[in-house]
Amino acid sequence: MAFVIEMLNITKEFPGIKANDDVTLQLKQGEIHALLGENGAGKSTLMSVLFGLYQPEQGIIKVRDKEVVIKNPNDANDLGIGMVHQHFKLVHNFTVTENIVLGYEDTKKGFLQLDNARKRIKELSEQYKLRVDPDALIENISVGQQQRVEILKMLYRDSEILIFDEPTAVLTPQEIQELMKIMKRLVSEGKSIILITHKLNEIKAIADRCTILRKGKYIDTVEVKSTSNEVLAEKMVGRKISFGVEKTPAKPKETILKVEEVSITDYITQKIVVKNVCFEVKRGEILTIAGIEGNGQTELIHGITGLKPLTKGKVILKEQDITALSIRQKSLSGISHIPEDRQKHGLVLEYSLENNLILQNYFTTQFQNRGFFKFDNIRDHAEKLIERFDIRSGKGPLSQVRSMSGGNQQKAIVGREIDRNNDLLIAVQPTRGLDVGAIEFIHKQLIQERDQGKAVLLISLELDEVMNLSDRILVMYEGEIVGEFDPQKTTENELGLYMSGSKRGKQQ
Amino acid sequence: MRELIDLIYFLFPLFIATTVPLSIVALGGLFSERSGVVNIALEGIMIMGGFIGIIAMRALIENTELNLQIIAFIGLFTGATFGMLYALAHAFASITMKSNQIISATALNMFAPAMSVFIARTFWNTSNLNLMGNYTISKVPILGDIPIVGQLFFTNAYLSTYIGIIIFIVATAVLYKTRLGLRIRSCGENPHAADSLGVNIYRVRYIGVLISGALAGMGGVIFVLSFATRFSGSVAGFGFLALAVLIFGQWHPKKIIFAALFFATMRVIADTYSVIPGLNMIVMPREIYRMLPYIATLVVLSFASKRSRAPRAVGEPYDPSKR
Ligand SMILES: Nc1ncnc2c1ncn2[C@@H]1O[C@H](COP(=O)(O)OP(=O)(O)OP(=O)(O)O)[C@@H](O)[C@H]1O
Ligand SMILES: [Mg+2]
Repeated sequence: MAFVIEMLNITKEFPGIKANDDVTLQLKQGEIHALLGENGAGKSTLMSVLFGLYQPEQGIIKVRDKEVVIKNPNDANDLGIGMVHQHFKLVHNFTVTENIVLGYEDTKKGFLQLDNARKRIKELSEQYKLRVDPDALIENISVGQQQRVEILKMLYRDSEILIFDEPTAVLTPQEIQELMKIMKRLVSEGKSIILITHKLNEIKAIADRCTILRKGKYIDTVEVKSTSNEVLAEKMVGRKISFGVEKTPAKPKETILKVEEVSITDYITQKIVVKNVCFEVKRGEILTIAGIEGNGQTELIHGITGLKPLTKGKVILKEQDITALSIRQKSLSGISHIPEDRQKHGLVLEYSLENNLILQNYFTTQFQNRGFFKFDNIRDHAEKLIERFDIRSGKGPLSQVRSMSGGNQQKAIVGREIDRNNDLLIAVQPTRGLDVGAIEFIHKQLIQERDQGKAVLLISLELDEVMNLSDRILVMYEGEIVGEFDPQKTTENELGLYMSGSKRGKQQ
Repeated sequence: MRELIDLIYFLFPLFIATTVPLSIVALGGLFSERSGVVNIALEGIMIMGGFIGIIAMRALIENTELNLQIIAFIGLFTGATFGMLYALAHAFASITMKSNQIISATALNMFAPAMSVFIARTFWNTSNLNLMGNYTISKVPILGDIPIVGQLFFTNAYLSTYIGIIIFIVATAVLYKTRLGLRIRSCGENPHAADSLGVNIYRVRYIGVLISGALAGMGGVIFVLSFATRFSGSVAGFGFLALAVLIFGQWHPKKIIFAALFFATMRVIADTYSVIPGLNMIVMPREIYRMLPYIATLVVLSFASKRSRAPRAVGEPYDPSKR
């Protein structure tokens, strides 16, 4: 069978790192080809080369057996290559239609013809069941809808080769199901897809073949049907991975965090997003709040950590009322927080890695003396965390965080927060976008924290993570806690019913 | 009653004459900033455009018999052209060379008055270039006869007012109805998105800065035509005021008009308080009135900046390898 795309012996370097080192990828007509690799293995880079965003130092690209040079996204477009980026590339204050036509506009006598475009977008979105309102502003639609806009962008340009860079990392389970159906439909129409994902189940479910990268190098290309998850994972990280999580039963002790009748009203929409929530987290247990995205979990955590004011209620940490304290005082009184939006609340992207690792305690005497930094200590601290949490980057402590891969950004935050050694660790989706190796690692860290007598509050959308890690589970639906469960005695199915609001119990 | 009407007829043209250059120059700033390049060089570009425009008009008056309105038209055009050329320096520094946009613009702001005074002294032995002639149109045929409206808008008016209004409408249409406008707006908000769709960021930003140069250069000539009979290397802070208008107007053409009207009101009051009944009764040092537009700028901006809607990527040189 003929290849539509051949990337042969591609090498792409960034300062200090070979992101792709002699990598080969061959895409067959009409297949879904998965690209698997750890965080920072160079998957996004390889796809950016194919899409014309980066120029490789070595290697050739062939499209339908013809050698081509792809200098910019326009060239990629002309060759029928389209891409949904890991971090969406949308203009927030444009409408859906404007975003889709940008760069490919129809004009008549110099004026934009948006009406035709809107009609075409409506047709496409009906044909592929990609429901979006063509006139909505991007900033007002959900992440799932934004992704549909990205897909429509490719379809609008009649792309034949579609690249999806971690499309499922930001979606709810239902949305993932829908996306998979759409992808199947696209290949059945003769299009070819390259899919990047860290979730082996997804690869198993829809991919035909899978190419594996490790630390920038090509490892193998395998038929998915005849390869087990274990083998895939092993090829990817270079060692055996345990999928289950090993842990002993929890031995909960005294209460660390107590949340009393907390309500939060969103000040923009004036909607009550958190209603009368009460719960406790004890020393030595992992309490998980499960729920579908957008049911108030984000706001609840913002309320506890101080990013958002409470409308009503109290937050009590170790018998001390911290409701009215400032964010820094709260954090100093014993809260470690791995935030949901790592780029917005967790990191200063322009800073170096070592500076990001002291964001929570740069003012302590460990790192400064009368206002002057102790650079040696800062460097030692960074090197210690890099080593312990396996944070990979081009230039070590001096790497600009923006240039690091998404997964390694996450590891940096996890390392910083765990290292602070506080009694309460709040982890909001700590494994979003991470590879299986890194997930295993972070899970182990969370359990270790628990075993050392910390209280862990985990927010997660992934049901298997919820089932594997928790000692107790609360389900949140429309701002309320609708049930409490023991992971030993419940099933994913039951949780799902509560999460979607089809069932509800009395509060605690 | 009669007096009040006369007063309005007296103040209104002043009011328009202030609003038009303010909004044109602010609109210029808008093109630059919505394409992603901060342009605080508006003041310098106005000076440069105004200066060269005046030189051209003086030459025409001395050497030809052309109608004054035609001369004014040529003056505006010349101002726009040289404003554009001058802005090219800012574009080159901040887009191609990725230098700091504030510094490159500050350089232009400092260079323009110095150079215009230097040239004027070298060639004409004075730093004040006089501009002969009365450029008002005493009455526009037909339209000027409409009661009230005719009086207000079509008598004792400047050609530049009409040109300014037309340009404002055209420019707004370009921004919102054309391909170029769509691309300019996308480059100021999310250049990475635009780049991934094959839009040439560098080219679009050059165009944005050049448009702002043309509008600011023309604004400089309009300023001199309507306020001064001579040019002495300054536009009285109009460029900076236009920047304030741009921010107060939230980078949006319609709101810019209102912002310009507001600042124009302040300025007209500052200039004419002594003839406005009520105000001339309050005994205050004249300096206080004079300060009014600038104090208003401070106050208004400190409130407006709270809900600022600045283009997200404004001020950052585009670097494709960032993500
Ligand atoms: N623009 C850049 N400048 C410098 N280094 C970069 C840049 N882009 C990527 N890198 C480095 O290249 C390596 C590969 O990054 P890439 O984003 O391709 O990883 P990835 O496989 O997509 O990882 P993830 O699963 O976390 O998204 C990383 O070590 C990253 O730090
Ligand atoms: Mg990636």
